[in-house]
Amino acid sequence: MDEFESFFRWLHQAHGLNFSVAYDAYDRAQYLSGLWTTIKLSVLCIGVSLVIGVIGAWAQGARFAPVRWAMHGYVAFFRNTPPLIQLYFFFFAIGSVLPGLVGDDGARPLVSNFAWAVIALSFFAGALNVEIFRSGLEAVPQTTVEAAESLGYTRLQAYVHVVLPLAVRISLPALGTNLVNLAKTTTLAYAIAVPELLYVSAQIWSEQLNVREMMNVVLVSYVGLIAVLVWVLHRWERALRVPGYGQDE
Amino acid sequence: MTPSARPTAAWTPDQPIVSVSDVHKSFGDVEVLKGIGFEVAKGEVICIIGPSGSGKSTLLRCINALVPINSGSITVEGQEVNDPRLDKLALRRKVGMVFQQYNLFPHRTALANIMMAPVHVLKQDRAEVLVRARELMRKVRLEGKEDSYPGELSGGQQQRVAIARSLAMNPDVMLFDEVTAALDPETVKEVLVTIRELAEEGMTCMLVTHEMGFARELADHIYFTDRGVIVEHGPPETFFKQASDPRTREFLSQIL
Amino acid sequence: MSVRSSIMVPRGAPLPVLLPLRRPAPRSLTLPLDAAWQRRATLVVLVLLASWLLCAEALAQAGVARPGIVALLWKWTPVIFSGFLFNILISVLSMAIGTVAGVALGLLQVSLVRPVRRSAWVVTQFFRNAPWLVILFYCILLIPFEFTILGATVPFPAWIKAVIGLSLPVMAYVSEFVRGAVSSIPSGQWEAAESLAFSRLQTMTMIILPQCVKRLLPPWMNLYAILTMATPLVSIVGVQEAMTLTRAALSSEGRFDLLIPMYLYILVWFFLYCYPISRYTVRLEQRHGRAS
Repeated sequence: MDEFESFFRWLHQAHGLNFSVAYDAYDRAQYLSGLWTTIKLSVLCIGVSLVIGVIGAWAQGARFAPVRWAMHGYVAFFRNTPPLIQLYFFFFAIGSVLPGLVGDDGARPLVSNFAWAVIALSFFAGALNVEIFRSGLEAVPQTTVEAAESLGYTRLQAYVHVVLPLAVRISLPALGTNLVNLAKTTTLAYAIAVPELLYVSAQIWSEQLNVREMMNVVLVSYVGLIAVLVWVLHRWERALRVPGYGQDE
Repeated sequence: MTPSARPTAAWTPDQPIVSVSDVHKSFGDVEVLKGIGFEVAKGEVICIIGPSGSGKSTLLRCINALVPINSGSITVEGQEVNDPRLDKLALRRKVGMVFQQYNLFPHRTALANIMMAPVHVLKQDRAEVLVRARELMRKVRLEGKEDSYPGELSGGQQQRVAIARSLAMNPDVMLFDEVTAALDPETVKEVLVTIRELAEEGMTCMLVTHEMGFARELADHIYFTDRGVIVEHGPPETFFKQASDPRTREFLSQIL
Repeated sequence: MSVRSSIMVPRGAPLPVLLPLRRPAPRSLTLPLDAAWQRRATLVVLVLLASWLLCAEALAQAGVARPGIVALLWKWTPVIFSGFLFNILISVLSMAIGTVAGVALGLLQVSLVRPVRRSAWVVTQFFRNAPWLVILFYCILLIPFEFTILGATVPFPAWIKAVIGLSLPVMAYVSEFVRGAVSSIPSGQWEAAESLAFSRLQTMTMIILPQCVKRLLPPWMNLYAILTMATPLVSIVGVQEAMTLTRAALSSEGRFDLLIPMYLYILVWFFLYCYPISRYTVRLEQRHGRAS
């Protein structure tokens, strides 16, 4: 560890390449906390958006017409407007009408900026998930449901045991892409001062004046993070692949 | 244009037009051709039959230099196909190929499909090629379909356009790779009639086929391949009646 | 695509003497996304929005003698609209640059030379995996603000750097589309072209790529919509566009009740621009799906 640090210190002194996150304990801690926030943000957003996607896909088949309309409106709206402005809308516009909390440490907003980021990004990705799950459900042939029913499954059982597993497997490629995009979109939280990786790096480089080095570190970190996510999704996809459905590579 | 490998030592029509000698071909660890050898004389019609996986299609693709061989030699009109300095354009002027899946270019009309190669590859005059293309369409009995797209034609019609497309290059040898296998039984006949007319005009034809009736009627020589080697061969009269090898017998009993 | 359970009699076929008993088709678990429903839903949303704004204005006017919300929105519209045009300009430029670079990169990804193929793949994956905002930051901060070529100083304003920053992910996506489209052309086409002695370049330009264009159009248009929705990102790195102007308008008015309407207003602007694009994309996909 000491060798690691001294190498980067030497790099700074001899060549002017200031990788302060490597040798400075404070900066490193800050950086890692930003990394952790990004990971938390990504995982939460992925989770909530999946829930929204499942509920929305079910709601799009509801018998009650206004529910279906509301779903279509929601999906159309969140798919065709910029996520950054959606984020601002939630944080500034809606956040301004919410009451605040007054505690011992002064006034706090009811919903923190981290929470707003999760909400806004989940709604955004959720809209896309609704479409993906819906087309996955539609791709399950009607004959499969009939076969299940003729075996004695009730409609709900057929849905849960036969249709849903198939639909999930069929939607996996598109879903994976969407989740990866969601992880990339978490950087938008920078705009509302959520201390995720980009924000924290900006703080570091404004103190240490090592923009070039930090930018490279951030870029490589993100690419690495996303690459890991892509790999995980790819493995999962391959494990669940249904032979004969979809494209074989 | 790359210069020819060796000067084609004046090939004369009395020599075999296609000569295959001890050809080996492997895909990875799987050896598909294990020492195939035969000769085809000019104007001959030969049929290659055999179970799937015996290497028939691979053999045709090797003759056309679509697939390189590992060892052995293939010569077309005296020109060594395996030579790395081979002028592929010169080879493909001599050898035309028709595929099982027709492989017409779906975004161009039938006439355009036929005209594309002579105009762009052989750099021939467009007006001349147009005349020849129409003549070829007439020959394969598809007059009136010149401006149709492949998607608008039936399988048999597409296959005939594919034959016309290969003929437009004026080849000396035509290779047919199971050309009727993907067709409905009704349309198989129209394609076979076209091929028969070609053969009767003197074109050297090498067919990989399952159509035994056709082979019996038209072929000058039949080769039976199994697992990468030629097991037996002979003219149709002796081949179908007096096949000596047990493998040949078994195959014939399954399909006849 | 769901398979209907009813048995269909093909046109022109002889009529069967006894038709099979037709049960009414069971209701599917999901309803197909009907175009009419979507239009209705959108209309409902817009009507609700408009009526809410009118009510808000009425209330505001009834309450205090201040200019109503709608009047304020109208007042700021020219400014915001000019900003919005700038967003569109950025999106068009980035799309153009990204498409050209992406097609080139995509073709390199299917090159016969292995090192070229691998490097092109690495570049594509790199820019696909990097967040758009990070690439923007990178370009804004690290591209010099002016170049000196042959004695002449070429200024590089921030918005040009932003255009470049946005065109890099576009390049990566287009590269993937092109690679996918070329790979989806059946190998028989390559074989036929080769047996007719077409060179690789001729095969690409005359046979493979023309067939790819139709397949590329829907994802490409979809990418444009996504890019347009990413243009407000440039406001974070200091380029003035519709979002910055909106926020400037808000802060200059200083009105608490203008927040929600103003943000909704700018959202609707983008919606009106991007929604027709995505509808058209869906129609293109359906048409292509039917044709192929």
